[in-house]
Amino acid sequence: MTAVDDRPTAEIGTARRRKEDRRLVTGRTRWTDNIQLPGMLHLAMVRSPFAHATINGVDTAAAKAAPGVIAVLTGSDIADIQGVNITAWPISPDQKTPDHLPMPLERVAHAGEIVAVVAARTAAQARDAAELVDVDLEELPAVLDLKRAATDEVLAHPALETNKSAFWQLDSAAQGSGGDVDEAIATARESGIVIEREYRQQRLIPAFMEPRSTVVDPTGEQVVMWSATQVPHVLRFCIAATTGLPESKIRVIAPDVGGGFGGKLQSTPEEFVTLAVARTLGKPCKYTETRSETMVSAHHGRDQWQKLTLAAEKDGTVTALKVDLMADLGAYAAIVGGGVPVLGAWMFNSIYKFGAYQFNCTTYYTNKTWVDAYRGAGRPEATYAIERLMDELAAEVGVDPLEIREKNWIGHEEFPFTTVAGMTYDSGNYEAATARAKELFGYDELRAEQQRRRESGDPVQLGIGVSTFTEMCGLAPSRVLGSLDYGAGGWESASIRMLATGTVEVVTGASAHGQGHETAWSQIVADRLGVPFESVEVLHGDTQIAPKGMDTYGSRSLVVGGEALVRAADKVIEKARPLAAHMLEASVDDLEFTEGRFTVKGTDKGVGITDVALAAWTGHDYPEGVEPSIDADATYDPVNFSFPHGTHLCAMEVDTETGATRMRTYVCVDDIGTIINPLIVEGQVHGGLVQGIAQALWEGAEYDEQGTLVSGSFVDYTLPTSADTISFVTDHTTSPSTSNSLGTKGVGEAGTIASTPAVVNAVVDALRPMGVDDVEMPCTPERVWKAIRSGGGTQHADTTPAQQAHFDEGAPNQDPAAGTTDGVVQ
Amino acid sequence: MIPAAFDYVAPTSLEDALAALAQAGDDAKVMAGGQSLLPILRMRLGAPETVVDLGRIEALRGVRDGGDHLAIGAMTPYSDVVADPLVAEHAGLLARAVETVADPQIRHRGTIGGALVHADPAGDVGAPVLALDATLVVVGPGGERTVPAAEFFRNLFETAVGDGELLTEIRVPKHTGWGSAYEKFVRVSHQWSIVGVAAAVRVDGGSIAEAKVGLTNMGSTPMRATAVEQALVGKDDSGLADACAAAAEGTSPPSDLNGDADYRRHLATVLTRRAVRSAMQ
Repeated sequence: MTAVDDRPTAEIGTARRRKEDRRLVTGRTRWTDNIQLPGMLHLAMVRSPFAHATINGVDTAAAKAAPGVIAVLTGSDIADIQGVNITAWPISPDQKTPDHLPMPLERVAHAGEIVAVVAARTAAQARDAAELVDVDLEELPAVLDLKRAATDEVLAHPALETNKSAFWQLDSAAQGSGGDVDEAIATARESGIVIEREYRQQRLIPAFMEPRSTVVDPTGEQVVMWSATQVPHVLRFCIAATTGLPESKIRVIAPDVGGGFGGKLQSTPEEFVTLAVARTLGKPCKYTETRSETMVSAHHGRDQWQKLTLAAEKDGTVTALKVDLMADLGAYAAIVGGGVPVLGAWMFNSIYKFGAYQFNCTTYYTNKTWVDAYRGAGRPEATYAIERLMDELAAEVGVDPLEIREKNWIGHEEFPFTTVAGMTYDSGNYEAATARAKELFGYDELRAEQQRRRESGDPVQLGIGVSTFTEMCGLAPSRVLGSLDYGAGGWESASIRMLATGTVEVVTGASAHGQGHETAWSQIVADRLGVPFESVEVLHGDTQIAPKGMDTYGSRSLVVGGEALVRAADKVIEKARPLAAHMLEASVDDLEFTEGRFTVKGTDKGVGITDVALAAWTGHDYPEGVEPSIDADATYDPVNFSFPHGTHLCAMEVDTETGATRMRTYVCVDDIGTIINPLIVEGQVHGGLVQGIAQALWEGAEYDEQGTLVSGSFVDYTLPTSADTISFVTDHTTSPSTSNSLGTKGVGEAGTIASTPAVVNAVVDALRPMGVDDVEMPCTPERVWKAIRSGGGTQHADTTPAQQAHFDEGAPNQDPAAGTTDGVVQ
Repeated sequence: MIPAAFDYVAPTSLEDALAALAQAGDDAKVMAGGQSLLPILRMRLGAPETVVDLGRIEALRGVRDGGDHLAIGAMTPYSDVVADPLVAEHAGLLARAVETVADPQIRHRGTIGGALVHADPAGDVGAPVLALDATLVVVGPGGERTVPAAEFFRNLFETAVGDGELLTEIRVPKHTGWGSAYEKFVRVSHQWSIVGVAAAVRVDGGSIAEAKVGLTNMGSTPMRATAVEQALVGKDDSGLADACAAAAEGTSPPSDLNGDADYRRHLATVLTRRAVRSAMQ
């Protein structure tokens, strides 16, 4: 009993070190690329260097003759079995969606598309032979810039006759959740304040740590695919839906996966080509990409223009927001595709209450790498826009940015609150989080220092950035997804197997790729069933072991999968109850279950749940009408999203001589509901912050005029390291979610969503006295310096805050082609 | 990524290395740490038939007191240069610049000679070597010759080291008692220099008696800001800004994702002023 006595009284809330970290950190585990199978062949891909080209022919003769080569295949060789990379979310009934073949036969639509594949005995032989494949590509005109794509002068897919994929709108008046947005804006033009801005969400590259890798073994009754994916269950569905293989003949395994950030939420050409080659040759095949291939072929994130009109009364009370979004899908509609920008529709109104709202989103194709989910997916873009606008409004009204937010946010006494976008927020306390953040930050002292530096003309100016945010987590109620024509549900599944020898197997459909599910799930089960943390084994990521699941993304695992787990655990207890009563010769009604034991009320008689499990397993003596098992499954479909929120405060020093920026202080106070493991939460917040800060300051995927990804390696795609960041100050306030039993809200994306506007707001705040009201992301030193020199931001050089240019017909901002950058945004 | 196949030779003496180079002919590449070469091979931007690895030639490693100069073996890793007490005392500028190269892993593998012969204009070793008027020792089939740093850098990735030759030693005149600073401007810490300025000054009675200024990534080779060097003589702190205004004179910096040429010219003047000011302290 000593082991049990050493346990913390409650696992939930304990900062357990992660039980999976020893194997993950040392790498001594089953990453896909570590898998070796007898007779396995290695693949190398031949990719298009051109953004848009006709495939006239592929000469494979020299490659086929190279040492160790078994086969060289082109699109036509696998045409019947290669399947299609589908989109699961057509955002409108008339969405235009080009076919996305894993290996196209006739035409490539972005640089990096696969045009041939070599299978050889070794990876080196495959790579050597791939260099010998002679592909005859005839270049076609390519459209690279989003705004230029909107003009349809050059078509990404000529057969579609337009680059426009779809249009999607949410209108508060039309859906009855608010008033008429144009009316409110017209009123504000007469007698209030109208803030109009256009913001750029640059293209980002997810840059997960483990490159993607796939192994396919076609030699058994079932085809087995190991893949470095976030979504083994979704992937199996996609394969079954498009390749002709029955779903029951496909087993997909995501072994340990080294990160994803949304970048592995996909059914990829590489997976499908590997499957097709393995089936064609009847041999196990492995494909592991290089980092250079990741950069051009794994989906990118963001890439939007946001045109925003905020209406307010003179005192700063917001009355309406209108959003016109252009989203670049890249060459194809990816699995979530146009749905990613649409996810922002419910978040542009954020924590604020105002009367009228309209969200318009148009998606376009270009001849660039496809775009899909990246940490936050739609919500960082929305949060950025509204939080930048609130700072602009504060400047216009002449009050502190926190004051303008407080005037407009939902008071803690107003929850549950239905927003102008139609979402019902269950809980929150923006006042408490903001008060705590201000205290930790030393807000007033930093404002005083800012004032001193301004007055003394210090070459290093100080800026303070605010970001108060909320997000919708826990994707997603299946009925909501159905109403949006999303191609799947949002439920999650869990099973608990009570083993005869006292340990517990937990099966979850949420496939972790670094989040720490094994630890957190063990803590939940340990508390619920009263078994030791160490006795719980969490199994996931294999469609044969965990047959039901919707996988891991959108901060859903704990909120949805955790609730499924709680329900499965409760079923275990209920199934154990009659067996325990039988063992104790007591009535079921007289039993109490606490800390892993059934006891008979008012006596010292009791039996542990693991003893009940053993009794069920032997089956020697159990009551009539009861099955000899206490194992249980649960599938949980969420009733609502969850809504974490927080206040982030950032102080940036800006060197006005060089444009260099330096973070001075970063404080965030997040309300993510009940915390299962504070250490895991801390890790998620820190990592998320850095990713969001990186969008503000460092990262950006840039193409040249030929459609070549200029930032195609980590030399030019400047990811930060720990040397570039500071120690963050993090804290939490807690208002538990009311929509799940644990009260959890989700934390996977919070840092990323909140930090980007906090940083940019701080940079702009430092420079506002110089007439700067915007710096385009990433806020490179060069951009900051040029903004200072032009004294008016990167977009609004000739306007003053009192005379903002309006998006009227004929005005510069109204022309869809205006401001195009020929691919390279400088 | 997997490089194309190549023969690998790892001689243990300079003579064997020269012989290996001669035998391999035109299509050989010298590896001196491999921190630039290996990415080039792995991305198949280069595919030499033979790689001659100098890593096992102990004689090419280490820092020696040569009387009026320091003799630094070409295969001395960056990290050894940074930690060396002789370098700290007599050629502080070199240590200041080399300690900014990339990250600790690379500084333990990469070598000072490898960087000089690779001659990437954004590398941080060329400017201080040039500014300190070093002499480079080059050995080939025809014997040994010395090349002044001012004549060493020919163009982008091109130096005075010819086919079949090896850089063996860097002789840095002692700058004992000089103040020095290297201002490296980057967006993220492990990045190549967007612009770098290496400055060494000898201060006498509060004003500058002698100044040496080298520029990183302001043209196809490392450059000397000679106009600034001359203008700085006799100046004290108050005269720095004017004296450094001409830092970008005669330069032809690149334009890329990190900044256009005009921005780099501006940075060069600011960073030169800061480097000199810091070197004076």
